[in-house]
Amino acid sequence: MHRIPIFGMRGIGLKLSRTEYEVAVMSTLQSIEKPLSLESVEARLPPLHLPGQENILPALRRLAIGMVFPLLLLALWKVATVHVWLPPQLLPDPAFVWESLKEMAASGELLGQALVSLKRVLWSMLLGGGSGLALGFAMGLSPRAKAYLYPSFSLLSQFPVIGWSPLMIIFFGIDEALKIATITVAVIVPFAVATYKGIQNVPVKLMEVGRIYGFSFRQTLWHIALPAALPAILGGVRQGGMQAWLALVFVELLASSEGLGYLLVYSRNLMQLDVVMVCMAAIGLIGLLFDLALTRLEQHFSRLSPKGY
Amino acid sequence: MAFKEKISALTFDPRGLVLPALFLVAWQFVTDVQWVDTRIIVPPVDVVAAGWKWFLSGELVSGLQASLWRDGSGFLLGALLGIALGVLLGVSRFADAVFGPTFHSLKHISLFAWIPLISAFFGRDDLAKVVFVALSTLYPVALGTLEGIRNIAKSQSEVARVYGFTPRQALFRLVLPAASPQIIAGLHLGLIYAWLATVGGEFILASVGEGIGLAVIRGRASFHVDLILVGMLVIGLVGLVFNTAANHIEARLLHWRGNHS
Repeated sequence: MHRIPIFGMRGIGLKLSRTEYEVAVMSTLQSIEKPLSLESVEARLPPLHLPGQENILPALRRLAIGMVFPLLLLALWKVATVHVWLPPQLLPDPAFVWESLKEMAASGELLGQALVSLKRVLWSMLLGGGSGLALGFAMGLSPRAKAYLYPSFSLLSQFPVIGWSPLMIIFFGIDEALKIATITVAVIVPFAVATYKGIQNVPVKLMEVGRIYGFSFRQTLWHIALPAALPAILGGVRQGGMQAWLALVFVELLASSEGLGYLLVYSRNLMQLDVVMVCMAAIGLIGLLFDLALTRLEQHFSRLSPKGY
Repeated sequence: MAFKEKISALTFDPRGLVLPALFLVAWQFVTDVQWVDTRIIVPPVDVVAAGWKWFLSGELVSGLQASLWRDGSGFLLGALLGIALGVLLGVSRFADAVFGPTFHSLKHISLFAWIPLISAFFGRDDLAKVVFVALSTLYPVALGTLEGIRNIAKSQSEVARVYGFTPRQALFRLVLPAASPQIIAGLHLGLIYAWLATVGGEFILASVGEGIGLAVIRGRASFHVDLILVGMLVIGLVGLVFNTAANHIEARLLHWRGNHS
């Protein structure tokens, strides 16, 4: 039999026979005036923004103006160190910080510590993300699961994760398990909240189509809930990534023997503020890359998700 | 939807109590039959007793007071600076071009990564903690203010120009009221971050002196799990109270907008 995709549900990958399709169109037509068509979906998409369209010159000028203030600060910093306004332990020479950066980058120390930290974040994102997704789906799809889980979850999610850390040290010691556990807990909440909200906001009509076709739970999850809730979930991924990075630095500062946070607190204790600054820059850069990558991912997928009108 | 939620908030569903009750029973059970080391998993009754003793000694209240004082003063400082910075970046295109890139680059540095630098400059005592709380409040408030000002409708600012508003009038009659929803949302977020920073700062910058976080971290050093649990509970409750109060104040202050979305 010839199978065609339901219009307006691009991305779901739902294939229907001609009669099934007609029934689907009929049932949607009853509730809305205009038929859903592929064109109207395209029209609803935000205008394509191709790179290279905008002029490069204004961007360069913005960059140049934006550099003025940091350069002035740098000059002030240099002057301050030359005149020794502050002891050099407190305010190292900028050239010295630059040397430290080059040295730490060349020796692979910076990369090594960053990789240790990133590995922790990755594991926690997988663990916390998986459990958060499961929790969010359970609460979003099953009213019964929501009745049992939601009150406890909403109460616990308002407790700051940072507050858990002393208890976690007692249970997990100060080794790898502590970091993974703390960051995982930090990640679960945004994932679960985003997934739950995403499913709550799945257009009722899409769910109705699923019910009409007698979708199994698995089909509902896979073909309707997941694609429609994807933008919200990806928003949760971004939030979770930020929370993970925040919790990682915290827990590495609190108790650690390797990682960027450890290097930060170790060099602070030796009053090597040049290393402290290099670490802060590295942490900021990784945070920026996280943010950019996850925002891009979110934007990419939110254009593909089906809408219910 | 909103109506449905109101109904479900009114009618109490006892099923929500099952999980906490099971947890409490399991906790009591495993400590009763000594399946676990009761130094690590303290019986619930002992936790309550420890909390009560702590409360009676007056140290819980004074510690909480010290923490709340740091939280409050840091929040106030950070919120004022944040609104000022947000207004500056939002109103002046020049300031935005010059300071904006620096501001937006620095925000990517994870909050706690500032602590070592702050402690190098300001020590480990109250000053350093207040500075850290202020910094954690500053960013969400400034970003909220900036967003609020960016969203002011062009027609509104044109009306102000037609009426020849002075800069002062424009600030107090147009910019701040029009941006107030986002400013208040930023303040709400700042309040949450300030409490996070207060507790986290006390954990990392452990020093002598009073504070709820300091007491918890000392409880950890001396392996007093009951104290840790009570402290965690108090920290969580304070956060909960802040969040609930902020939600109510936000709804009350923004009532004039009419819609509740």
